[in-house]
Amino acid sequence: MPSADPLLTVRNLRIAFDGIETIRGLSFDVRPREVLAIVGESGAGKSLTARALLGMVPRGATRSGTIEPDLAAQRGRRISLVPQDALSALSPVHRVGDQLAAAVRSVARVPRREARRRAVAALDRVGIPDAERRARAYPHEYSGGMRQRAVIAMATINEPDIVVADEPTTALDEEHRDQVLRVLAERSEAVGAALVLVTHDMEVVRAHADRVLVMYAGRLTELGPADEVLTRPRAPYTAGLLASLPEHAPRARRLPFLPGTPPAPGTLPPGCAFAPRCPLAAGPCHETEPEPQQVEERTLACHHWPELPHPATELFHE
Amino acid sequence: MSDAALLDVRDLVVRYGDTTAVDHVSFTLAPGETLALNGPSGCGKSSTALAVLQLRRPDSGEVRFEGRELTTLTESELRPVRPRMQPVFQDPYGSLSPRHRIRDAVAEPLRIQGQRPTRTQIAELLDRVGLDPSYGDRRPHELSGGQCQRVGIARALASEPRLLVLDEPVSSLDPSVRAGVLNLLADLQDDLGLGYLFICHDRAVVRHFAHRVIEMRDGRISSG
Repeated sequence: MPSADPLLTVRNLRIAFDGIETIRGLSFDVRPREVLAIVGESGAGKSLTARALLGMVPRGATRSGTIEPDLAAQRGRRISLVPQDALSALSPVHRVGDQLAAAVRSVARVPRREARRRAVAALDRVGIPDAERRARAYPHEYSGGMRQRAVIAMATINEPDIVVADEPTTALDEEHRDQVLRVLAERSEAVGAALVLVTHDMEVVRAHADRVLVMYAGRLTELGPADEVLTRPRAPYTAGLLASLPEHAPRARRLPFLPGTPPAPGTLPPGCAFAPRCPLAAGPCHETEPEPQQVEERTLACHHWPELPHPATELFHE
Repeated sequence: MSDAALLDVRDLVVRYGDTTAVDHVSFTLAPGETLALNGPSGCGKSSTALAVLQLRRPDSGEVRFEGRELTTLTESELRPVRPRMQPVFQDPYGSLSPRHRIRDAVAEPLRIQGQRPTRTQIAELLDRVGLDPSYGDRRPHELSGGQCQRVGIARALASEPRLLVLDEPVSSLDPSVRAGVLNLLADLQDDLGLGYLFICHDRAVVRHFAHRVIEMRDGRISSG
């Protein structure tokens, strides 16, 4: 799908709190029906970016740049959110089926009975057993995995163009994670929606993503086809993230790892924000922030990308 | 084997009402060894950990630690044993009081034993886990998840234990941070000869980090 028009374009997105920029000029597209993963360490701005797509910028923040089209007013209709914590997405005082039916009726004039039928069908499609009866239960009567399925049912019931999922399985144990992610990917595909998937789990990226956006300190570090980025990272930061995974590690007692921590907003070093942790940093890295550039199918922000060895994860071996 | 074992668990049973959470589980752990308990949630791995620590008294079975049977000891008899077997929990923030300074959190196990740790002692403990001693003056919310978990480890080390029971110690951490904490645990084990009972659901982490793995399912050992 190389030439498909993007569903959503983000250009030079900046989000600041009290004048301190947390998202610092981010540009990317969301393409129709793709799974776009957003990865990076805690604090990179992944969730903030994902929520900005929905127009959900926290109070007190200032936003500039463009997100086209602006779907904020069509939340629940053309774009929807699957948050990390399903309990916060569902009302504790209403039956799950009623909440789904209300979601249907919030965007379409359908009779109650029809909305209710769709709600039960949606629960059934995400694998809730005995959906007819379960629709009459309250969220607290659901297990964690079932609740997250119900939220997926709600997020896809109106067949949006984009489903944004913010660490949707972090609160679940490993057994349920895979199932819930599979349901999320399947349902998004079935309704023809693109899935923007915020995660810090590279295994999730490998299993589900078409493209991956790697973020560092509120900027793009690397963006490209997921399989290529994972097997041949071209930005040192991506390589560092991959190197620290035990499945990639050499058989040694100590894991390779990315030393240091990401800079806090407002305490950025001059030049590239990753330079203090980067084994390749030299010269311009300490002076100017690298601008994203197109290299084949990849978008990269690194002064030294041509010098990256292969496999690049070796940069971080001790 | 059982003479040299740091920990020798036999036929451990833990029940909650009608549910048998741990069903005749037996294993041994040598000094300097990491034994992983792996399995899905609800398989009984955390209940096993609690029973080993005698934080939940097992319904039957033996827990022999440094050659001493613990299940028959009274609470006051356990008191001198507890410092030698320390837990480290999953949620690094949840296991630290938000109101206490890091220094006090690390000192707490020693205070409970009636000691009054010096600033130097605390600084050494923080240094041991790779934190600058200045962190002693901070509070948990000023620390990252990885730093908090290092504090949790420093606190566990304060009483000079022989066994650490690590219940999902890296599960809530970013992979990059996780690698640093796992390396720290490996270094501490090499330096101090600690035994680790390592509870973790992540197979890749277990394969990398543990010397031996026990797979649990429905309260029983399914392989290992």
